[in-house]
Amino acid sequence: MWQWFFRLGSPKWFYEMSGKWLPWLLVLMTVLMSVGVFWALLFVPQDYQQGDTIRIMYVHVPVASISLACFPLMAVAGVITLVWKMKLADMVAKCAAPIGAWFTAVALATGAIWGQPIWGTWWAWDARLTSMLIQFFLLIGVIALRSAIESPDAAAKACALLAIVGAINVPIIKYSVEWWNTLHQPASEFSMDEGSAFGPEIWVPLLIMIFAVYCFFVISLILSTRNEILQRERRAQWVMDIVAKEQV
Amino acid sequence: MFEHIQFNSVAEFLQMGKYTFHVWSVYGLFTVFILVNLFLPRVQRRQFIREQRNKALRDAQLAKNTAVEQERDGASGEAS
Repeated sequence: MWQWFFRLGSPKWFYEMSGKWLPWLLVLMTVLMSVGVFWALLFVPQDYQQGDTIRIMYVHVPVASISLACFPLMAVAGVITLVWKMKLADMVAKCAAPIGAWFTAVALATGAIWGQPIWGTWWAWDARLTSMLIQFFLLIGVIALRSAIESPDAAAKACALLAIVGAINVPIIKYSVEWWNTLHQPASEFSMDEGSAFGPEIWVPLLIMIFAVYCFFVISLILSTRNEILQRERRAQWVMDIVAKEQV
Repeated sequence: MFEHIQFNSVAEFLQMGKYTFHVWSVYGLFTVFILVNLFLPRVQRRQFIREQRNKALRDAQLAKNTAVEQERDGASGEAS
């Protein structure tokens, strides 16, 4: 188990393995995304209150829930960086921050577009919305912190600490809808009865979209981590071989 | 399967009830988000490889020049 753990920490091993995983992940993402989007746009019944805006849920909910995975991921990578000084963990943490910022921004934007017709406002200082905005600023803070510190080792440590502290915001976002009874509705409870408010004809496509967006998150994280590996290992012979061989 | 489609015509589908702008702008944004995040790393990768190749060429040129200079200096040293 430990041997496996440390081999995973080797950038070269990760680069080679992820190259094999990528095509499969891309196929899986394309299939899930096509099924999910078609289902959401064509087959999901209109909501009796919200009409066709229910279709916005199939983008907003997956993107928002996966944006919450970013800080815990960076915090775990941060602990690994601080305790074992594993190079790969810091590379993943570095690449996760901008991707997480993208996800959070898209969740906020799609939420605003959904809120306008349903709540009558693009933005409100509601607990869920505000804690998501804080997450966005925290991620911008992590990116800024890294670019502000010149020594890569010091930057890695500082960002690891900020990620661990910032992860506290995640349960606040998650439970904000239950702790504060403001505008954003709590998560719906899954029901097995067809025709109920949140029956399978509503949540099955949602689940498919969540898996599809998860695949997308993993793919973009792998793609940018691979670039980071090449950049940091550019003096290693195996990277020079790739540079010499690849068609551009 | 097709009898479960919620719209009677393509026009109705494109209109999305009262919410043409809301639904399509969300799906448009989502598409842009995905495409940008899949293609940007590829562009960056190509850029990196070009930079490294140019650097390797420069380094090789520099090494060659230094070798020529050293040889010339060595030869003139012997002559004097």
